[in-house]
Amino acid sequence: MDFGFTIAAYAVAGVLFILSLGGLSGQESAKRAVWYGIAGMAIAVLATLIGPGSGLWLMSLVLIAGGAAIGYQLATRVQMTQMPELVAIMHSLVGLAAVFVGFNAHVEIGRVASIFAGEGLPFPQPDGPLSTEAYALLGTLSNFAELIGKKTAVEIGILRVELVLGVWIGAVTFTGSVVAYGKLSGNSSLLPVKIDTAARQLPGGHLLNAAAAAGSALLLVLYLSGSGTWALVLLTLLGLFIGYHLIMGIGGADMPVVVSMLNSYSGWAAAAIGFSLGNDLLIVVGALVGSSGAILSYIMCKAMNRSFISVILGGFGGASGPAMAVEGEQIAIEADGVAYALDEADSVIIVPGYGMAVAQAQQSVSELTRKLRAKGKEVRFAIHPVAGRLPGHMNVLLAEAKVPYDIVMEMDEINADFPDTDVVIVIGSNDIVNPAAQEDPNSPIAGMPVLEVWKAKQVFVSKRGQGTGYSGIENPLFYKDNTRMFYGDAKQSLDKLLTLID
Amino acid sequence: MKIGAPKETFPGENRVAMTPVSARDLQKLGHECLIEAGAGANAGFSDADYEAAGVQVFKTAAALWKAADIVAKVRQPDDAELKRLRDGQTLISFFNPAGNEAGLEAARAKGASVIAMEMVPRISRAQKMDALSSMANVAGYRAVIEAGNNFGRFFTGQITAAGKVPPAKVLIVGAGVAGLAAIGTSTSLGAVTYAFDVRPEVAEQVESMGAEFVYLDFEEEQQDGAATGGYASVSSPEFREAQLAKFRELAPEMDIVITTALIPNREAPELWTEDMVAAMKPGSVIVDLAAEKGGNCKLTVKDEKIVTDNGVTIIGYTDFPSRMATQSSNLYATNIRHMLTDLTPDKDGVVVHDMDDDVIRGATVTHAGEITYPPPPPKVQAIAARPQEKPKELTPEEKRAREVAAFKAQTRNQVTLLGIGGALVLAMGLIAPASFMQHFIVFVLAVFIGFQVIWNVSHSLHTPLMAVTNAISSIIILGALMQVGSSSVLITILAALGIFMAAINIFGGFLVTRRMLAMFQKS
Repeated sequence: MDFGFTIAAYAVAGVLFILSLGGLSGQESAKRAVWYGIAGMAIAVLATLIGPGSGLWLMSLVLIAGGAAIGYQLATRVQMTQMPELVAIMHSLVGLAAVFVGFNAHVEIGRVASIFAGEGLPFPQPDGPLSTEAYALLGTLSNFAELIGKKTAVEIGILRVELVLGVWIGAVTFTGSVVAYGKLSGNSSLLPVKIDTAARQLPGGHLLNAAAAAGSALLLVLYLSGSGTWALVLLTLLGLFIGYHLIMGIGGADMPVVVSMLNSYSGWAAAAIGFSLGNDLLIVVGALVGSSGAILSYIMCKAMNRSFISVILGGFGGASGPAMAVEGEQIAIEADGVAYALDEADSVIIVPGYGMAVAQAQQSVSELTRKLRAKGKEVRFAIHPVAGRLPGHMNVLLAEAKVPYDIVMEMDEINADFPDTDVVIVIGSNDIVNPAAQEDPNSPIAGMPVLEVWKAKQVFVSKRGQGTGYSGIENPLFYKDNTRMFYGDAKQSLDKLLTLID
Repeated sequence: MKIGAPKETFPGENRVAMTPVSARDLQKLGHECLIEAGAGANAGFSDADYEAAGVQVFKTAAALWKAADIVAKVRQPDDAELKRLRDGQTLISFFNPAGNEAGLEAARAKGASVIAMEMVPRISRAQKMDALSSMANVAGYRAVIEAGNNFGRFFTGQITAAGKVPPAKVLIVGAGVAGLAAIGTSTSLGAVTYAFDVRPEVAEQVESMGAEFVYLDFEEEQQDGAATGGYASVSSPEFREAQLAKFRELAPEMDIVITTALIPNREAPELWTEDMVAAMKPGSVIVDLAAEKGGNCKLTVKDEKIVTDNGVTIIGYTDFPSRMATQSSNLYATNIRHMLTDLTPDKDGVVVHDMDDDVIRGATVTHAGEITYPPPPPKVQAIAARPQEKPKELTPEEKRAREVAAFKAQTRNQVTLLGIGGALVLAMGLIAPASFMQHFIVFVLAVFIGFQVIWNVSHSLHTPLMAVTNAISSIIILGALMQVGSSSVLITILAALGIFMAAINIFGGFLVTRRMLAMFQKS
């Protein structure tokens, strides 16, 4: 089939991908949008398979089918609460694929060079029109090799920069995603080594990262000046190290940002590879994914009132003074007390957090919502932008439990309604409802927008114990006069509560 | 200090200002307690009880008044008692300073300090010594009990084998402390309870007690009760009319009406007119808790129970607390004890009459040879119901100006970014070859489209977005597909691995996204 046809197919696929991302602006159009994405991908793969330059398409098909089977298994078996882990581990695949493709380009350059040398022709090509001998030789080569063979010295240089970028970003994405997966999945991780969520770094900290980055830059220069394969391998190893060390240094609470950042990286890696292969669709899609991930990270950071840099570098900025001491005590309450208060209440707001996901309590929450709504009470959900371990994590969990999405509100929509609310139930969230963000200028989370649950008449906090949240800071909400602590596993507590409400 | 409680001289008064329990607590403050023989008899406390609690019993009132440094009483002192006051002695009692100028003058002349229990300011800190509230609570409870005693039916509705009993309907006018206590008693007995108050902000309290608040169809800026120390104030004639019309409408249905409407230092307002009484069913009961101040119903006879021609019983007793003397005495004695706790800050039996203390200053009506009534207004507002401040409405001009400013800032931002971006691209074009720039233009446009499109993605769809972009980023498969046909074995193997991994991602990513989106549903 002709090259022109492939390009045309790529154009169609590119438009479909853009529509697919744009369609996610609403729940209804999103369902259509996925099909655009699927169609775009199918067209792109088919056009490449039948297009010029590809061979062994039977083997390709078998490989795709094999990948499809595994992908299907993963996607259908995964629990909705494990969605962040799944997305993280899948990013690592893209990263690794980018590393492989980049290496192939490197090998191909070497191969083309040796072919030209064997024929006694110059490589890279000198400026000006190709010599007839070179032209004849190119005709015998495969598509990608032909492309390389035509290049002049400057173009080969640029190609090398591109492939190094692709390989390096891919390597960072790969190890970073694996570490993020380990942190997100905790004990259920399939990795041989369990990674806890605490931020930890090797001695040297960010200096080590900086040194690795500087080393990478040095190796890039060496590689461009023709030092050969070892430089590229070393570069890859440094990329792998940076990915590992960077993400290890970031605490569990910042994982939403990390995941969307890695998403962005995988896109940039694809775009860089697209440059080196001269493939416009790869460039377009890589850029789309890269920019979307970057924007998501930006939105997340804004929601936490943190600068992107401080998240990436890990840890909270140093507090300027001692944090406010929390006075009072946490008062516990039993299920019947909560049931009584819910019985009396007219308006209820539920604030879910990561604890709900951990306890798999979304079904019980949904059941509670259904019962309360059946009694004519106004029940709504307040979702903080960084609740959970992935942007929009809570929305997905609630949707899984069949909570209607029109009662699930964002922070800005619902924050003004708390003073008029009778009962707020906080299920497994901590930092996102911490009044210290507003009251204590020395708190590490000072200035972070939070859900103002303490303004409601009564607050019940379902929580496993008296520990602190991910950021490890005390939460004055738990000590307020209108707060009662409903200790216990979220799911068990709610199930107990459900039997008391009829 | 020696604290003494004489026997009440007022006819029919059964309460006493000190109980054996409060005496024990007072002794812990370092005081000695004295009591007149037989003072607690009517409230159910014998002299032996007091003696067991370490209280010294005095045979006569005269001896007690002589011995005591502080005298605690319930009722306003009569002339004989005022004569017994002496220099430096303190009297703690109800005193009615507003209508008792002679008493004030007598106490002043004697050089005694008088703490009037009804003058305790209504602030949170002083609630524990607010005897008006504790007595009103008893009165409200007792009013319902008296009504039930004179009412021929059940409060609660029942369906029995012997027939159906409708629930009694009770209307409580005035939701002060007494009114709320009456509401609580009435609802807990099972009656259908309605309540009215001129202060609409108490509707919430009324409803929290289980009664239905009677709203008027009346538009008027209501005076905030908090500004008048938590008490009701006089309402406008129009409001009164609307109120009476509502009562007229309710009167035929009500079985029991309890009126508790009092305005400080004024005659009780007439709320339940004769025609309303006439409209009520025979057997109905009216309890007028305002009888002492003339009554909310003009037919009320103070301290008596009457039955009207149409068979409506009107109870005008003014001694409800005294009718429950044990309970009332316990509460009142506790109020007195709290007052003395505040007066004895060091718990060493030495009374410090601190005139800078808001509560003590407010309640003291004569001190050190001077009349200190009326007190200055309290520094602390009675009830914390601050009117909500509305966010300032912007004028159209201000809005417009703000919009223009925002637009300008935005434009400046955009132009700066475009300028920098454009310069960078141009600089790149100077050094990079044309073949690279062709791809680069595509790249720049794609990044731009990505930025434009993603801003519109709704927050709740961020996880699906991530999954979709994850699936789409496996477009890297194209690179692997293009390389897999290479004649180099190494390239083929690496490319095949790439294809395999990207394929996992494509299918996994899209399927997961579909699973997630399928779950979103509207209610």
